[in-house]
Amino acid sequence: MPSKRGRMSQEVNAGSMADIAFLLLIFFLVTTTIASDKGILNILPPKQDPNDPPPEVELNERNIFNILINANDQLLIEGDFRTDAVGLSDEIKKFVLNFGRPDEENMALFNSLPASLRGMAEQSPESSDYPGSGGAVVSIKTNRGTSYELYLEVLDQVKKAYFEIYGERVGLTAEQYRQLSGRTAAEAELIDKGKEGIPMAISIAEPDKLGGGD
Amino acid sequence: MAKFKKKTKADVNIPTSALPDIIFMLLFFFMVVTVLREQEILVEQKIPQATQLQKIQKKTLISYLYVGKPKNTSLYGTEPRIQANDVLINTSDIVFWVTQEKDKLSEAERDQITISLKADRDVKMGPISDIQFELREADARKLLYASVGRVDL
Repeated sequence: MPSKRGRMSQEVNAGSMADIAFLLLIFFLVTTTIASDKGILNILPPKQDPNDPPPEVELNERNIFNILINANDQLLIEGDFRTDAVGLSDEIKKFVLNFGRPDEENMALFNSLPASLRGMAEQSPESSDYPGSGGAVVSIKTNRGTSYELYLEVLDQVKKAYFEIYGERVGLTAEQYRQLSGRTAAEAELIDKGKEGIPMAISIAEPDKLGGGD
Repeated sequence: MAKFKKKTKADVNIPTSALPDIIFMLLFFFMVVTVLREQEILVEQKIPQATQLQKIQKKTLISYLYVGKPKNTSLYGTEPRIQANDVLINTSDIVFWVTQEKDKLSEAERDQITISLKADRDVKMGPISDIQFELREADARKLLYASVGRVDL
């Protein structure tokens, strides 16, 4: 069959393609908000039943690491007055890893720790008894007038102490440990191995009403 | 000096034929990461900084609560308010809101609901602890204090 017309040029003019793409690009650039679901995870205690109050757990004073924050954003850490939370994570790490009066289970825990953590573990009788449950507890108590920013900073420091311990137990940095997703069996095992025997015992008390700032 | 010949001029035309491809690549990147905002934020949001951030794996389990000073102070006052979906709610409405959010999830996932608390850094602990109390009442105990990373040296 003879062609009806002379063949047209096969090339499509692509010169304005870039302009069109630019336009779309700018539109998406403007409308984009890169969603970041990152933050500090906290598990709240179960709700209280007024008819069935939780059993009172008697803890020795030495087993509690007290952090109080008042309405003026001043801190009282283990009885010492502070104005900022710098270096708090190291103190908490030391507190958690203290083996004052370890029982059998916690002696085994001590022996399972890597050498670097064992070096940090002290046996001060004035500090916490052992890292296991019922041992070291970090307590944070705020006031209604405390700023959220400072509260988060303190919580951040406490979490940092724990993540450093967990990470070190499995030979990772705190950063790498935090990024474990637990999706694969190997990662889930690492997470469990890091936590094993050292629960993240952070107690967040109801804030005082005094000096109300809300 | 005839010996030193001027260098031939370099070709000034930059080949632009690959430009659309590069732009398209960028375009696709932004199209993929884009989440179109489906709601207007009515409260101020200066998200605090923290270092020990964790990521939530399953985004469908997250519900957002925004807390901060209202942007429109003449209408809503200057006290921190809570925004859920696209309305400002009172503390007492949180339990009902959580129930609604839980209904959106499948039955097996209901107790895994995570509340992402996007609070402004200037908010005081009073309202925050009220919210925490209500969340405990509503049995939504996984709480994420949304924060952005800080690079500390």
